Amino acid sequence: MRRPVAVRVVGPMQWIVYPALITVAAAIVLQTPVELLGLHLPEPVIPMVLAFAWPLIRPSILAPVVLAVLGLLLDILTYGPLGLWGLTFLVIYSVVLASRSFLAGQDTAVLFVWYAACCLLAFVLAYLVMAAITPTPASLIPLLLQIVPTLLLFPFAHRLIERFEDGDVRFR
Amino acid sequence: MAFRDGPFENIKVPLVWTAAVTVVIAAIGCVLLLISDARAQNSPYQPVRAGVESVSGPVGGVFAAPVRWFGHMTDYVGGYFFAVSENRRLRTELAELQPWRDQAIALKNVNARYEAMLGIRPEPPVEMRTARSISDTRGPFSNARLLDVGASRGIKVGNPVINEHGLVGRIVGTSPNISRMLLLTDVASRTPVLVDRTDARALLTGDGSGNPRLEFVRGAGSVQAGDRILSSGDGGGFPRGVPIGVAAKGIDGSWRVKLFSDRGAIDYVRIMLFEDFGQLISPDALNAPPLAALGTVAEATPAQAAAISDSAARREAASPPPAPRPATPAPAAARPAAQPPAQPAAPAPGDAE
Repeated sequence: MRRPVAVRVVGPMQWIVYPALITVAAAIVLQTPVELLGLHLPEPVIPMVLAFAWPLIRPSILAPVVLAVLGLLLDILTYGPLGLWGLTFLVIYSVVLASRSFLAGQDTAVLFVWYAACCLLAFVLAYLVMAAITPTPASLIPLLLQIVPTLLLFPFAHRLIERFEDGDVRFR
Repeated sequence: MAFRDGPFENIKVPLVWTAAVTVVIAAIGCVLLLISDARAQNSPYQPVRAGVESVSGPVGGVFAAPVRWFGHMTDYVGGYFFAVSENRRLRTELAELQPWRDQAIALKNVNARYEAMLGIRPEPPVEMRTARSISDTRGPFSNARLLDVGASRGIKVGNPVINEHGLVGRIVGTSPNISRMLLLTDVASRTPVLVDRTDARALLTGDGSGNPRLEFVRGAGSVQAGDRILSSGDGGGFPRGVPIGVAAKGIDGSWRVKLFSDRGAIDYVRIMLFEDFGQLISPDALNAPPLAALGTVAEATPAQAAAISDSAARREAASPPPAPRPATPAPAAARPAAQPPAQPAAPAPGDAE
């Protein structure tokens, strides 16, 4: 009789589904209409964390699909054109996936620089798509006001990578 | 036979490649969605949006409720601490406004007399619905809010939304209990406006910033800093005269509008159940073909036909012969006045017999 072996299995529920649900919940909470002294809650693009962290954790078929769904949900929640953020997240996912061998094992500072570059690429892409769709290009000041809080989410991406990268012994 | 026992048992596809293929397929789907979605009420995905909003709206309302209670509580407490200073300020404001009230009453009286003399049919009063904002979307690409009333209370796409200070936006999507309001600052917002001082028309264009642009201003020098901007009502989307803001020069040199609605929180709003000018008249009357009544008129009786031909003959006999055309066009004052008929007016059809 084969004896059970204690294998730590990290399934897609742990590193894909639960973070995605947390992301949706956070997006809804940050849309609460709070105004204090003329200031509103920040509205970062939270799924950017997942688009950066998931390809570094492990290549997966489910992750791009969930990213596209998250993008569509974000488009609906923010009343944006359908497909805008889904396309943006998938581009970031593919860029990080292509540079995965370079980024594996790198220092936190290198990861942050790469994350910042990915954020910049994502917002430039979204800006260009919106400029093509709408006759008036968006103002750059609110664009910067959304980039900065998105950059500040890097600790969550780093924590996700540290938590789940190499977390499943079957992938060693 | 299980899959792994078949001929594909030894086939191994790199996980990176399968992920890349998935990315490409999903990206193609997103591009197709982008092309097919117009974000307007004509979008084929509007029911999907309405469905998601009808679920996420109440959730947002749960989070918005404590914020609202906290705001009420701070107002309540602040009322005690600032009662004296606010009382002084309100007394001053009341003293300033009393002459304006008298002028408004006098002007209203004069305006009513003019309307009666000219037979003007004024616009009917617009019914309104009060709503609460339960979700707020800010950012460079979208500025919209969810409101807690929907189609079940008569809200329709296109209804203007105001708060106590001025125009806020318009409704762009409805579900039975939730509606989506597009703010004036959204990149997709276009509002026909006028400058109160010069009556010049312009288009208020949102760009994601807090102060939308004033574009296509008609007339040179028709806008100055500090001019009040109102809705013009052109196109029938908004009623005329709703206050919007004050013109100001932006740092990029373009004319922008400081919105009145930014003077306070956009938490409670009023939705005007205003559709367009078509509500003033029956749509059937507007859509009727020209001279539609001709087909329903009865044939003239022989007596009526005789009276008509007799009247036409008398008019022809009374008219003067055509004057010779001068070489140069005569001024308008030199035109011959219409001569009175030499014969008495044609008899009534009943008198011709």
